[in-house]
Amino acid sequence: MTEIPEHLKKRAEEARAKAAAAAAGGDAPVESAAPAADAPAAAAASDSRIPAHLLERSKSAKSRSETSAVEAAAVAPTGGGVATALATAAPAATLTGPAGHTQRLLTVVKAGSIQDIKSVPVDKVHTWPHLLAVEFVASLAMLTFVLIFSIFVNAPLLELANVNQTPNPSKAPWYFLGLQELLTMFHPMVAGVTIPGMGIFLLILSPYIDRNPSNKPEDRKFAISLFTVQMMMWAILVIIGSFFRGPGFNFVAPWTTGLFFEL
Amino acid sequence: MALAKTMERNGKKTPSQRVSEIVDKTQGSQAWNSIFRPGSVFRKGYTDSPRNRSYVVMNSVLYHLHPVKVKRHAVKVSYTLCLGGLSFFLFILLTITGIFLMFFYRPTAAQAWNDIYTLQTSVTFGLLVRNMHRWAAHLMVLTVFLHMARVFYHGAYKPPREFNWVIGVILLTLTLLLSFTGYLLPWDQLSLWAVTVGTNMMGYTPVFGDQVRFVLLGGKEIGTDTLLRWYVLHVLFVPFVTVIFLAIHFWRVRKDGGISGPL
Repeated sequence: MTEIPEHLKKRAEEARAKAAAAAAGGDAPVESAAPAADAPAAAAASDSRIPAHLLERSKSAKSRSETSAVEAAAVAPTGGGVATALATAAPAATLTGPAGHTQRLLTVVKAGSIQDIKSVPVDKVHTWPHLLAVEFVASLAMLTFVLIFSIFVNAPLLELANVNQTPNPSKAPWYFLGLQELLTMFHPMVAGVTIPGMGIFLLILSPYIDRNPSNKPEDRKFAISLFTVQMMMWAILVIIGSFFRGPGFNFVAPWTTGLFFEL
Repeated sequence: MALAKTMERNGKKTPSQRVSEIVDKTQGSQAWNSIFRPGSVFRKGYTDSPRNRSYVVMNSVLYHLHPVKVKRHAVKVSYTLCLGGLSFFLFILLTITGIFLMFFYRPTAAQAWNDIYTLQTSVTFGLLVRNMHRWAAHLMVLTVFLHMARVFYHGAYKPPREFNWVIGVILLTLTLLLSFTGYLLPWDQLSLWAVTVGTNMMGYTPVFGDQVRFVLLGGKEIGTDTLLRWYVLHVLFVPFVTVIFLAIHFWRVRKDGGISGPL
């Protein structure tokens, strides 16, 4: 058994004597407070944040203390139901509570009310070899693809640039062909500046527009459909501009006239 | 001690002592220890232990890109399709092939096309490297674009990653700029007229359209000044800006707690 240090024993004895003296002198206020405290306790029970099983326990303790008629023992829930104190009002020499308890429940603190635990443990693996191996294989595969494709397909090099001879049709690089396609429908300022500018701007703003916190596809049907429609529209414009536009940027069918497209 | 004794005895070192001294000095140097550091594949006796797996990342430049451990779902190829990593890999591949091309290219209207032609016909691997540069560039536009779509569909642009999404959109724009500025450099009919179409569109910028076009072309018309300007933009300015934004992009990925969680 561990020995209790002398100074702690002394301090405990002093505290005990003080508590006994206080209880003897302050009997009346405790007794008068007890009935008054019952009403708010009942009201607080409905919106209480104390877990149900603790409330049950305190209620049964209360009824037991009342039936056994321990003189002036009161259960005084305070603080709107957040903190509960089982106080032994009796100036008893024994330090046990109404039902023979040796501890008091001072307060119930809800998880997260004081310390917010942010990090939930996650399943992690070592970057080496799990991630690095995947990255290595992926880049190797990409390198192989580019290399083999480059062996068999040559980059275009047409004749020397000539400012006096406009090819028909003149096309922008493929990723701008959607814009060039828009050029046939709108004023150049709208097609070339306003629409792409707005597009980039909206793209940048999308996390600030879409305030829905969920990332589950079933929760964000609207965002996903909107984005998909945009992408499809863009892809269709690029495809039309690339393959279905011939001399004079008029519509052609690539299977009859051939392709007017260089990468 | 032994060394001191022999030095006393002979007054000079034996060849074997000199060798062992040099070996000790080399193996004690910082360069040696950074190459044969714990966790290096060059180090003798690498064993597959959690400690060594951590060292591989922690003791190398990789630590600037990856943490020691990543979420298990983050290494699933089906989640990311490696698109971001492949975009970065293509950027590196383009830098390497681009440096090779720079040895054989002069950005003037009189020499550019001939340089490319000579590169293709008389430089060893010239045609292959040029093909790789071109196809990798088109692929990079594609992978960056698909990466953006992937991020959108996973809702990964939502808090806390909204800032990184903004960086990502900027990187997409920079990728398009890199590709478009490179498009002019072969100085053939394709590049000249594609760029003409593109810059004409930018000339419709409200209020200062003419000025924008003048700055971009380095004159009223596309000419040798335009070529120099776009060359510098293509090989120095835009890559420089891109690298800075890439660094921020990668740093943000880790700051925001790795890639977005499983759906």
